[in-house]
Amino acid sequence: MSNSASRITALVVGLLAVAAADAAEKPSKMGIGRPALPEEIAAWDTDVQADGRGLPPGRGTVKQGEEIYIARCASCHGEFGQGAGRWPALAGGQGSLKADRPSKTIGSFWSAVAPLYDYTRRTMPWGNARTLSADETYAVVAFLLNLNDIVPDGFELNDRNLASVKMPNATGFSADDREVSEKKFWNKNPCMKNCRDVPKITGRAGDTNVTPDAKSGPKVD
Amino acid sequence: MRENWSSGRLTRRGVFSAAGLAGASVALPLHALAQSAKPDPAISEVQDWQRQLGDGVDKRAYGTPSKFEAHVVRRNVAWLTAAPESAANFTPLHALDGIITPSGLCFERHHSGIAEIDPAKHRLMINGLVDKPLVFTMDDLRRMPRTSRICFLECAANTGMEWRGAQLNGCQFTHGMIHNVMYTGVPLKLLLDEAGLKPNAKWLMLEGGDASGMNRSLPTEKALSDVLLAFAMNGEALRPEQGYPLRAVIPGWEGNLWVKWLRRIEVGDKPWAAREETARYTDLLADGRARQYTFVMDAKSVVTNPSPQAPLKYRGRNLLSGFAWSGRGAVKRVDVSLDGGRNWKTARLEAPVLDKSMTRFHLDFDWNGEELMVQSRAIDSTGYVQPDKQELRRIRGVNSVYHNNGIQSWLVRGNGEVENVELG
Ligand code: HEC
Repeated sequence: MSNSASRITALVVGLLAVAAADAAEKPSKMGIGRPALPEEIAAWDTDVQADGRGLPPGRGTVKQGEEIYIARCASCHGEFGQGAGRWPALAGGQGSLKADRPSKTIGSFWSAVAPLYDYTRRTMPWGNARTLSADETYAVVAFLLNLNDIVPDGFELNDRNLASVKMPNATGFSADDREVSEKKFWNKNPCMKNCRDVPKITGRAGDTNVTPDAKSGPKVD
Repeated sequence: MRENWSSGRLTRRGVFSAAGLAGASVALPLHALAQSAKPDPAISEVQDWQRQLGDGVDKRAYGTPSKFEAHVVRRNVAWLTAAPESAANFTPLHALDGIITPSGLCFERHHSGIAEIDPAKHRLMINGLVDKPLVFTMDDLRRMPRTSRICFLECAANTGMEWRGAQLNGCQFTHGMIHNVMYTGVPLKLLLDEAGLKPNAKWLMLEGGDASGMNRSLPTEKALSDVLLAFAMNGEALRPEQGYPLRAVIPGWEGNLWVKWLRRIEVGDKPWAAREETARYTDLLADGRARQYTFVMDAKSVVTNPSPQAPLKYRGRNLLSGFAWSGRGAVKRVDVSLDGGRNWKTARLEAPVLDKSMTRFHLDFDWNGEELMVQSRAIDSTGYVQPDKQELRRIRGVNSVYHNNGIQSWLVRGNGEVENVELG
């Protein structure tokens, strides 16, 4: 290869490299879509993150929350948060997570208050969602915490103290570790012949008598 | 049979009569080849439809299944939840063929009913840790490059009722919170590139536009790899109950993440720990701790025929059929046992065998009225072997609710009836 030819080759390779780096840094833009206006973001971006970022300014007391709860929540969730009929329970169950039939509620299972605020504001009361004001949401969440013995009767919940309220099960969650704790399921030689004793039938779906009014019926949630 | 279902009773009688078998004693024809005494009227007589004109082309502008298939529908187990707007129904797996779930049979799970959204009024917003917060219309999305992909969506709670033992008689109910569909949409990466992710962008929050405002956290790494924002399923617009006009498609990961009626994606630096990833969709173990963000669906399989809703009707040669799938990759192999897990045979996989898609398997077998204990075991491309239910319970306990991928056992009796059983 002549000198000049190799110089041209080097130049071309160099240009290609620059072009490739350029493409990697600045993704090609389609120019589709338009900028979101600040008012539009304010209207939709109402979520609250786990650490409380996104909470709107406001406040509400347990007492105010009790009134809202009785008027707008108790018909489904029960006067004491026990859950009317098969509607979800919002209180009780503390210390039951290792029990044969655990009861997963705000007091026994939820890890933080911010998601409770977020969830209540985005979808409750069920069937009439997004009708609670920021203050009403603080109040009803304060009442739910009080029902679960997490805050005292005279408590006021607000955007400054919400994230510091400690939940009983705050440290009860761990990351997905299946690839380590269930490593044995990656089994190179699954047994094909004479793998076990003659099996016995230990349970039958026909015996469970699963009827629609079976209160003990398991739940999908 | 209708009365049984509409009153919500899920009795064995209901299930069996649904399959066309009334009561217990059924005389099973011995052999298809047995000489019949009289000529078959289906052959010897002229049928109405061989003589008269059928409906013209205008009668069925949008075609529906034959009236003889009216029993093939999604079914609800009414006692599961308080109201049908916060409930699930189940795909009739025993009545399907191939790997595609027809759109109208795809199971449903809503938290505030089916939103009916006018696509002209639907918007998708991307905001948070981006260079440029953007708004897209449905027309905008339809001008972008798109891809189609066949993949399964399994609810994390599929088989959730079976943790403590055999409960429901029918693979529709034990395994029917799954569907397999060809989804078409825009790769999420294109939209995120358009908005420009900030360097500290690590997680996204996907939010639905229905009254539940379903919100779930998704790592950006997954979002940039194979996530689609789909507007079509099986070649036509999404069905309302599947999130019309726009839903997330997150191959291999639990169904709750596939937010329907998707209206907003917020980019953040940490997961949100939303209600559906703390109070729900976390897996409670026997020690009282719960696993969180368990996104991947483990390899799993189920024999759909025979099964309680699809009993054996003939002695002699039969075809066993089922589905296998894995959220980690493709199905590599499926083994079938007819003796409750003592001995296994490798089943035949039916093409196509696709990554993170339901895969169909078959096994030919001869049956002479002996009792069978039917099981299937999926092995995926990462080498994961679907575990026995007891093995799974030893690690996870029985209160997990979610992610039950243990091996299913069906008992086939001498008269062909099939029951969901627990083996020990
Ligand atoms: C018409 C019945 C109804 C009313 C009224 C109602 N809820 Fe609910 N609530 C539900 C249902 C149904 C769910 C479960 C929704 C789902 O996930 O499918 C629920 C779930 C919840 C949860 C989550 C429970 C958990 O542990 O996951 C909270 C918290 C809650 N509601 C708070 C409230 C509050 C506060 C009010 C009053 C402002 C209220 N609800 C009014 C029906 C109702």
